[in-house]
Amino acid sequence: MGQQISRRLFLKGGLATAAGLAASGIPGAAAAAKPDEGKQLATLLDIRKCIGCEACVEACSEVNFEKYPDPQKPFPKMYPNRVPVEDWSEKKDVNDRLTPYNWLFIQHAEVEINGEETELTIPRRCMHCVNPPCVKLCPWGAAKQLENGISRIDSDICLGGSKCRKVCPWHIPQRQTGTGLYLDLMPSMAGNGVMYKCDRCYNRIADGEVPACIEACPEDVQTIGPRDEIIKKAHALADEIDGYIYGENENGGTNTLYVSPVPFEELNKAIEKGKGKPHLKPVEDTMAQANNLAAAMFVAPIAGIAAAVGKFYKRTK
Amino acid sequence: MDHGQSNTRAISLPGRWFYLITVFFLALSGFGQMPIFKRYYIADIPGLGWLAEFFVTHYIHYLVAILFLAFTVYMIVDYLLSKRKFRQTTATGYVRIALLAGILASGIFLVIRNLAGSNFSSGFIIFLDLSHLGLVMAFLFISLYCLVAKKQWTTVR
Repeated sequence: MGQQISRRLFLKGGLATAAGLAASGIPGAAAAAKPDEGKQLATLLDIRKCIGCEACVEACSEVNFEKYPDPQKPFPKMYPNRVPVEDWSEKKDVNDRLTPYNWLFIQHAEVEINGEETELTIPRRCMHCVNPPCVKLCPWGAAKQLENGISRIDSDICLGGSKCRKVCPWHIPQRQTGTGLYLDLMPSMAGNGVMYKCDRCYNRIADGEVPACIEACPEDVQTIGPRDEIIKKAHALADEIDGYIYGENENGGTNTLYVSPVPFEELNKAIEKGKGKPHLKPVEDTMAQANNLAAAMFVAPIAGIAAAVGKFYKRTK
Repeated sequence: MDHGQSNTRAISLPGRWFYLITVFFLALSGFGQMPIFKRYYIADIPGLGWLAEFFVTHYIHYLVAILFLAFTVYMIVDYLLSKRKFRQTTATGYVRIALLAGILASGIFLVIRNLAGSNFSSGFIIFLDLSHLGLVMAFLFISLYCLVAKKQWTTVR
């Protein structure tokens, strides 16, 4: 009987402990594993400088066209019927939103600066989060984060389930049906193509070059460098122009920092938002809640040992 | 000293239910890491909408994993301290222990992978993802076999 009671006590105690830990969270776990901000490369975008010429958009397409999908048609019949076909292969020229063939586009915002109606233009692409949920939550490891902070999706492995798009706070990755590994597995039953997004020209960076969008910009809107330095520059610029920063803390921090002369709340209201057109809202750290539980996971075995040893001593007394 | 009763049972009834419920929710929330529940209408069933919410399934998976980990360690230490003299692990018990060890190890590495600043190689992450899933599938099949064939984890020496 003593045994049963002690197990019940353990179960109750375990549940209470877990509930307590879940409720309080242990911020130390997430905080303890800080990324090396000297290694991660970030970009700073000075929104004032952008003239919306789309030179960056064109350069992105020119440099990355070899990475674009070449889907096989007709697409395999997918079950059940609710599985949507997403086909951009006939709309490759669309450049007013993100698509599998357009990884960078310009957003327009009509805002008032010093009483004057002004149009601001904002280059938008993947934010390259410091702890990217698209990478961390991909069930196959198809999305990966490089040491330099770039997150990219491996088109040879991706099955196109679009989980990355759903967990991305900005819903950046875009799907093309009819391409990729799923065609060789069970195309009717699982997968739906490949997800595409900006890989910040990882291959160019590996060769010592800068991303095409940065190189092509006639106004030097973007600066690239180690994240810690870029954060300092962003703050210096924001102080200088009495401006605002986006990306330093969004989703726990991203490797894309925007500096704007108007609050991002206003910019967010002014831009067109929707599918393939990301917002500029504040974003909480989406990975933090579960990561704060990680510490409890390391405490759990100790609780188990303590309960068993406690029971043993109680019985042998 | 209540050795008589404790020797005939490897696990109490509440413990057994605790184990079954945690394994059930771990498997459910674990499979929920793949985008399948919405596709196959399971998340449309009233009360199961959360299965299509990846951050919810992720959080629940962690939460139940904490309980399961504590329980597993408790069972192992309790066996070593109190039951080993009277009960021995069966062959299917060893198989399940080995599979669980692999699941827990790969799971712990995946938890570390999810922390900001973790820097595992892409190949290792793919290995972790696939081995975690593969081991769980094997564990569930073996567990089903043991349930049908009435195979226990331990038997009386």
